Parts: sequence; structure tokens; C-alpha cells
Amino acid sequence: MDTTQDNEYYHNERMAEWRDKLRKSLKSKERTKIERVKMPEEDPLVRNKSYVEVNKGLSVEQALLEAKRCLDCVDPTCITGCPVGINIPKFLKFVESGDFLSAAKVIKETNSLPAVCGRVCPQEIQCEAQCFYTIKLKSPSAAIGYLERFVADYERDSGKISIPEMMPENHIKVGIIGSGPAGLTVAGELAKFGYDVTVFEALHKLGGVLKYGIPDFRLPNMIADVEIETIRKMGVKFKTNFIVGKTATIDELKKQGFEAFFVGSGAGLPNFMNIPGENSVGVLSANEFLTRVNLMGGSKKDFDTPLYVGKQVAVIGGGNTAMDAVRTAKRLGAERAMIVYRRSRDEMPARKEEVHHALDEGIEFLNLYSPIKYNADEKGRVKNMILQKMVLGEPDKSGRRSPVPLAGSEEEVAVDMVIVAIGVSPNPLIPQSMPELEMTPRHTIKVDENMMTTVPGIFAGGDIVRGGATVVLAMGDGRKAAAGMHKYISSVVHNHLLVS
Amino acid sequence: MYKITEKEFQSPNVVKLVVEAPEISRSRKAGHFVIIRIDESGERVPLTIVDSDPEKGTITLIVQKVGVTSHKLTLLEKGDFILDVAGPLGKSTHIEKVGTVLCCGGGVGVAPLYPIVSAMKKAGNKVISVLAAKSANLLLLEKEINACSDEVIIMTDDGSRGKKGLITIGMEEIINREKVDLAIVIGPAIMMKFGALLTKKYGIKTMASLNTIMVDGTGMCGACRVTVDGKTAFVCVDGPEFDAHQVNFEEMLLRLNAYKEMEEESYSQCSLKPVLDER
Repeated sequence: MDTTQDNEYYHNERMAEWRDKLRKSLKSKERTKIERVKMPEEDPLVRNKSYVEVNKGLSVEQALLEAKRCLDCVDPTCITGCPVGINIPKFLKFVESGDFLSAAKVIKETNSLPAVCGRVCPQEIQCEAQCFYTIKLKSPSAAIGYLERFVADYERDSGKISIPEMMPENHIKVGIIGSGPAGLTVAGELAKFGYDVTVFEALHKLGGVLKYGIPDFRLPNMIADVEIETIRKMGVKFKTNFIVGKTATIDELKKQGFEAFFVGSGAGLPNFMNIPGENSVGVLSANEFLTRVNLMGGSKKDFDTPLYVGKQVAVIGGGNTAMDAVRTAKRLGAERAMIVYRRSRDEMPARKEEVHHALDEGIEFLNLYSPIKYNADEKGRVKNMILQKMVLGEPDKSGRRSPVPLAGSEEEVAVDMVIVAIGVSPNPLIPQSMPELEMTPRHTIKVDENMMTTVPGIFAGGDIVRGGATVVLAMGDGRKAAAGMHKYISSVVHNHLLVS
Repeated sequence: MYKITEKEFQSPNVVKLVVEAPEISRSRKAGHFVIIRIDESGERVPLTIVDSDPEKGTITLIVQKVGVTSHKLTLLEKGDFILDVAGPLGKSTHIEKVGTVLCCGGGVGVAPLYPIVSAMKKAGNKVISVLAAKSANLLLLEKEINACSDEVIIMTDDGSRGKKGLITIGMEEIINREKVDLAIVIGPAIMMKFGALLTKKYGIKTMASLNTIMVDGTGMCGACRVTVDGKTAFVCVDGPEFDAHQVNFEEMLLRLNAYKEMEEESYSQCSLKPVLDER
């Protein structure tokens, strides 16, 4: 991306008459005096028994006031913190002026899933970390994430969902493998460029991790469905139950006229620790547990997928997936729902907000412990775990202090269910079916700066390239890949397209 | 939506369904399976692709009534639809000419055995099949297996057809008679376990097709994991076929029963039972 050009663009936008007027309507000093809005939340002891969304969303009054805090900076550093480059000041200023539908349009220029991102992005390390308040005033940033969510929800509830501006159809077929956040983003972007886009999804429902992974109390399925429906309205076709590499190979799809592909098949392969007893009944991956609950309705009456929920549940790991799993287990009736994490609470990779939500809901945290063995009863069902106490040693390559086992410190804890959430590896199905794809030692697909793989015309992004990462980084890859694909198709395959 | 174009009872509790799934019918090979989901509230269950007709765009599935979903499947009629059919999944069977192949199938395991028997024969092997069932009326695909085997031995628990006794008796008879280069055992886990113990005694390389619990079937959950040669493997992407002498069948048997009580409860409570009784 050409930053000089971008800066000029943002500057011109900022100088628009309405923005100028709005800026002058309130002194910066007055704006900085306003306190950051607090997100209304469902009562922890009510919500930990139901699937109701924890964050209840801002009211119109809260949104209008919060948007006033944004200083509409000359140099909007917040944008640089957003992986999909949303024109943040412009959308915030539309919020301040009460024109929420225009604000929604601004977000959707670069983000096809605003209601999702407003809920699940770690804004505190992205846009909000680059906000003038954070970096210069050392005070709480403008609540960009809350406002993105507010705007998206407002647009949806208004029934006036807009579709982004589209270029004329160019009848060039492109295939997207995987309907998770990366694939959906590429699909939306390429549809805007006028391509004939088909998304292939292996499961029976669209959305990837948005559906099978993230629970309803953080992201209701309906929210993702509405945003997927908007992408469908942009002309994108979806094929479920289609496993590329199995149902048909990429070569076969090429023969059907597909000219370029994006592989966004994610990091679905759960990691296990390979310790004794890990294959006992009742020890399962977070992916399996969350899929049974979120995708299959396993906890609902009249749904056929069985779900065992223990009374004493240990979730191994300290990331967002671990938090989702442990809070789900609590909601389904676990008496003891425990996080077992080998480092201290400060090192947990989960969002601070999720850790606090979990604590409020009565989740126990066993920090500085690591399981070394599971024991099972005569039916093979797990009955206890042996935990080893850890101490923090020297910082490792990533800068985090490595846990070191404390010899002779084994403790036995009774459990009847263990959920392993120690990370995921890239799904092997596409690499297995395409041996010519060059892989990295971490089993991820190797890509260049345009997100193109070592096979011309095949692009990749999201977790299949990064390993387990976040929704919005996958979407950032998607935007980059869409631009790369458009450039590739325009210059290599159809050299007339990019003349404009 | 995937249309059922043919339906036929093979035995009182086993039904053959031919289902329209053109893309799968073109891509499938012996050893592959599909994951199906009947309706919106349904579960995902794995079923081996028994046969396919790429020209008609259909695949053949064989279902034994054991619980809620399989029972619902047997109640579907020609012209009805299955909501989701995903596949072909798993690794296909490694087919090559090895000499004499002993193909052993127990109960509904004969269904996944059939495409392998057929492919082994086509590859130029001498194929001897041993089929086992509780009684004569529960024998599956006898005609089809006969058509692609050099010899077929039938074993029934009650002696109502063929020889009386377990499948291992038939297997040992062949092994004692002639050199076997490869054995394949498919059936209930307990049968595969004893089949594998027998061939191990004689040093015969043996493959088993494992039928573990699955959810997605694409490698993303690990519900189907088994221990093979001391290491964890996912049946849906690393299998379903493994060296039977390396499989920890004890662990697999325990894991297969993980939801047994729930399955039995939901089957006894579901509204299908009265329908069954009327039939």
C-alpha cells in the first residue's frame, strides 16, 4: 500500500466541510475531559447460566458521547493499528454527527464483517493501541471497537443494510477455499472488483471459527449469518460440504474455469500434549468441545449430537479458545470449571477482557501448573489429573518467561472432563492434495508479499499461513490477498483489467 | 440436499441407500467415506462409500440400524433427501498387486470391505474373502463379494449358513492352507482385535479400517483419535486404514463407548421406537 497517497487521502477527507465544522463544534480540551464509555454487561451470575451475550452494546446516547472523544487527528495513527485499514476517524465522526448508516458504509469500504470485528478483535493491541489518547495522553483510548459494533448493530437493526459499491462484472471465476474470516474477506473484496466468486466450505455451515469456535455469549451465530448474507447479496456463491482436495482438486476446478484461488483453510488441527492418559474418555480438544456445542447444538434438547459435560472440568491453556471453552463448560453446569495454565496470569495470551469476564463468572485459575498425566477409571473415563507446579525462568525468544517444572511438586486434582486448548496447527488437507505448494517448517503455507504461494495464481492467508492467530489478522491477510489476486489476474491473465 | 434414488433392505436392520452426489461419485476411491447429516438438528456421522456410479452421479451407502441417526436413515424413502453429504474423506486404500489377499469382514463391516475386495481383485490379486455374521439373514453383500473373490468362506455364529463359529476360524483355515501376503480385517473393534492377533501370530501384514467416533471428519477436532504404534493418529485424515498390529484396540474400544449411555437414552426416548414396532 502506498502510504503517501493514503495520507493525502485521509487528509483530504478530514478537510471536508462537515468534518471541519464538527471539529470546531467542541474544543479538544472539552473532548478529552469526557470519560471513556463503560460497556454495559449482563450480570455475571445470571449470564454464566445462559448463552446470552455478555456485552450488551452501547446505547445511542453512549455512542454519540463516546464519538465526541475522538479528536479527528491530523495524522490518524489509529488506522495504522487496524489490520484491514478502516478509515476510523471518518466513521467516528459520522457517529458523532448521528449519521450511523453513513458510518457503517465507511467501515464496509474495507471490512466485510464489522459486527464480528467489533466484538472479537483485540482492539487494545490494535487500533486502540495506536489512538492519540493511548500514545500521547496516556489515557484510555477512544472506544473504537465498541463504536464499530454499535454502528454495525444499528445498521442491522435498522433493516437498511447497505451493499458496498461494486465494479461491473468481469466474468472471471475465482475460488475461495474456506469460509472463515480470511475467505469471507477475500470473497467480499473480489466481488467488489467484479469477479465471479465461489466459496468452498468443507463443513455444512458457513463462517469457520465464527460458527464452530466462538460461542454465542461472545458472538451470536445470527450476527455472523447476517454479515455472510450481505456478502451473498454481493453476488458471492457458497458451496458447503465441499472439501477442496477431496471432493474436487484445485486442478479439476481449474478445468472448470477457475483462474485463481485463495486458500483460507485455517489452522483447524488441534494440538495435544502427548502425555500419558490423554486419549482417555473425557479428554477432548477445545475444537471438538466447542464444535459439539456451537455448531452441532449438542447442549440443546432435540439435537442429536451427544455432549458430555463434566462436573469438574479442567481446560488446559491460557488463550481465547481456553477462555471460550471454560466459560462454556461453566454455562453447561460444571461445578468446578478450571483453567490450568503453565505461566502466570500476566502471561496469558487471552484478551484481558475475557480473563476478567471468566473470573467474574466463577472460573478458577490454576496458574503455574502443567498436567503431566491423566488417570482413568475402569471404563476408560478420566478421573484425575496429575499437575506439576511450575516456576518462571528466563524469558524465551518471544520475550515471555519460560515455565520451568518444579521437581517433586506433583499434585492430584479430580476431574471428569479435560479440554485441551494448547493451540492448533494448520489444517493438512490442502497441502496434502497439493505437494507442489512450498511449506514452512511450521507446516504453514509459504507466501510472498502479495500473499501468493509458490504456485502462481494460488494465494493463501489467515491461519494456514500464520498458524493460530486472530480473526482480524486473517481478515487483514484476506484484504492483502484480494489486492494481490486482482493485480495478478490483471497483469498476468487479463492484462486489460487494471488499465483504470 | 442429496436425493435418495434407491433404497433396499439388505437384512432386517440393514439398508442400502443410493444417493445423488455427483462430485463425490467422481472422486471417490476404495476406502473413502462420507460424513452425512440428515436434518437441521441431526448429528454428523461417518459412512463408508460402498460403491459409486460416476455416470449416474450416485454413491451407495449401507447403514445398520444401531441408534437414532441410523434408524432415521433407514426410515427415509426413495425420493427423500439427506441434508448434508460431505466427502470423499479419509485416505483411500493403498491398492497394489501383492499376491494373495485375505479379506475379512464381520457384520456391517462387510460394507466397507466390499470396495476394497473389488479393487484388490482388479489389481490382479488372488482374493479370498471370509464373511461373518451372527446368522444367515444378517449376511451382507454375499453376491457382490462372490463376484470379485476367488473364494468365499462364510461363518455364522449360529451355524445357520456356512460354517459355525467366529471369523478367526475361517481365517486360520486359509492361513494354514496357503501363503497369505496381506490380510484386511473390517468389522466390530473386538473382531478386528482378534483378527489382528491371529495374523500377528503368523506374521502376516494386516490392515484394519477403524470405525471410531467422528464429528467433522476433516481433522479439526480429534474425536476420532487412536493410538497407533504408540503415537496418536486421527482416523479421519491419517486413516481410516492402519496397520492392525500397531493399533491399540483396547483404548479404541473404551473410546467407542464414550457416549454409550447417552446414545442409548436418546434412542430409547426418541419418537422412532413406536415406528419401529409398527413395521
